[in-house]
Amino acid sequence: MTRVTLTLNGNAVNNEVEPRTSLADFVRDHHDLTGTNLGCEQGVCGVCTMLVDGMPVRSCLVRAATCCGTTVQTIESFEHDEVMSQLRESFTAHHALQCGYCTPGMLATARDIVLRLPDADEAQIRLELSGNLCRCTGYSGIVKAISSVLDVRKQAILSPHTTA
Amino acid sequence: MKSANFIFNKPETLELAINLLAESQGMGKPLAGGQSLGPMMNMRLAQPESLIDITALAELAQTEEAERDITIGASITHAQIEDGLVADPAGGLLRRVAAGIAYRAVRNKGTLGGSLVHADPAADWINLMPLLNATMLVAGPQGKREIDAVNWMIGTFTSALEENEILVAIRIPKLSSDARRSYYKIVRKPGEFSEATAGFLIDAPRNICNALIGATDGPPVYLSEAKELIGELKSGQAGSLTSAALISAGLEPDTHAYRLHEVAMLRAAALLDTKEGEMQ
Repeated sequence: MTRVTLTLNGNAVNNEVEPRTSLADFVRDHHDLTGTNLGCEQGVCGVCTMLVDGMPVRSCLVRAATCCGTTVQTIESFEHDEVMSQLRESFTAHHALQCGYCTPGMLATARDIVLRLPDADEAQIRLELSGNLCRCTGYSGIVKAISSVLDVRKQAILSPHTTA
Repeated sequence: MKSANFIFNKPETLELAINLLAESQGMGKPLAGGQSLGPMMNMRLAQPESLIDITALAELAQTEEAERDITIGASITHAQIEDGLVADPAGGLLRRVAAGIAYRAVRNKGTLGGSLVHADPAADWINLMPLLNATMLVAGPQGKREIDAVNWMIGTFTSALEENEILVAIRIPKLSSDARRSYYKIVRKPGEFSEATAGFLIDAPRNICNALIGATDGPPVYLSEAKELIGELKSGQAGSLTSAALISAGLEPDTHAYRLHEVAMLRAAALLDTKEGEMQ
């Protein structure tokens, strides 16, 4: 067993776990944070993507034991996050999900795209999404949803007094 | 899809890490980003008895710029290179190649050294480092040694690293300002492993004219003094020199793999004339 101490969704946590425990299993099985889904468990599908120190990672590949001292954010922690709120609304408006299984990982990746690549065009959004598989939507709605958030944020910068 | 259990250690010094590796008697593995070892362990293709987390080792996280070369620590991630957080000795080539590796979430964890030690012939650094005449800096129980990148990969998933040795850093010579380089890989989908890779480096002041054929069944093939080969490819027609090069890389004429590599070579040669010099 190994001791894992980290900040999970703003709270300090401290658990004794098997070294093999993935970060995904750590949050699901030890903290009942089941918003994170698991798909392929080999780093291909992107479903389990979550943020460690603000960066998206594959939580099926990362062992919890290697995350001591880090700040981990799962999908449950973004209720008051500005970008994630915009993305949630936009995903609804553009029908960017159907079954919803890929959505937690999709949103983690989408948030990273919005913050890291504010000038991304459709081609770049599609390229950046290539690590997140969705079997329902055909991606169009997801791409539109992210594009629209980027547009809204750009408008807000251009006209700060007219946008709430 | 859960890995077998293992003993976990995260040593603070390189010496301690080497000792732990030696104590494991061949059953331990250093762990950096775990983006190749992780899937292999989840699928139980690899079942190391112990993992030695090497991400706390200062020597592996450093980058050092000298007059003629830049030494990049083995635990620098692909994303750090992509974002330009380490100096690029190849005038932007490293950044663009890094950006084409897997996906951002993988690049945030996967490391330069980890990829090189994993030695997948279809990966990127394993092909690019010899093209750039890089040198691997290795530490083990007997001390430190250097390995030329051209001698690094000795077979699929096998590097020249001896038991209980750790790759510490990679020293890459700086290209001169008028060097031309190209790197091209054929992938079915962005982020996948390459089906055929080719690259060229012409750096006249340093007397370098290298060609690379990668993503074959074994180590990449390097041809120095490849001026005539490049000339032939730049005519847009693959002739006898191209054919000889492809055959020397173990590719059989009239096979799908041969044709893909031929296309990769033609594209890489054409890219030598562009400003960017590389794309995927």
